Amino acid sequence: MIDLQLTEEPLNISACIEWVMSPTCGGIDVFIGTVRNATKGKAVLRLEFEAYGKMALKEMQKIAEEAQAKWPIEKILLHHRTGVLQVGEVPVIIAVAAAHRDAAFDACRYIIDTLKQTVPIWKKEIFEDGEVWVAAHP
Amino acid sequence: MKVKVLAFGIAKDIFGSSSTAVELSGEATVEALRTALEMQYPRLKQLSSFMIAVNDEYAEAGQELAPEDEVAIIPPVSGG
Repeated sequence: MIDLQLTEEPLNISACIEWVMSPTCGGIDVFIGTVRNATKGKAVLRLEFEAYGKMALKEMQKIAEEAQAKWPIEKILLHHRTGVLQVGEVPVIIAVAAAHRDAAFDACRYIIDTLKQTVPIWKKEIFEDGEVWVAAHP
Repeated sequence: MKVKVLAFGIAKDIFGSSSTAVELSGEATVEALRTALEMQYPRLKQLSSFMIAVNDEYAEAGQELAPEDEVAIIPPVSGG
């Protein structure tokens, strides 16, 4: 089972974990991305996330299906937020449930790493003296 | 052929708008669109890279564009 969400609303960590729990799964791996207060020693005030919504959901679906094809995993949840996020808030939650832990760890790592490479979502870091679209320039 | 191109992230800043229109005089391929966009907006050349999406899928350089296609410029992504 796959549950994908792209939303402006705050993500609910415990609801995400509950969704992947299953009697047939002995391991759940969760990745929670949080807004860090600095980049390369420079204070970050907040982040702004923008997405190409329908394409982002399509790419998220592809990643989840790839993970299911690669590992014996039962449930995959991938929620990503858009809009303005303050330090400490949660832009992304990935939760994977599998019968055994190896598959859950590997799939979770694969999903976040691939999301960062292919899903059309962009983040802007806002500093006191300016702002930068992350990864835009070499 | 006139192509409407949706923009996100830094591409929106470069276009000064959430979309732009590009006129392709010769063949209407993804590669031709890329060249035309770089001519019209030289700042695109300063990006690490950018992709073109056609109908919500990453497109190959040789792909032909049709008038009804939804076309978007995808600057380097940075989700997560």
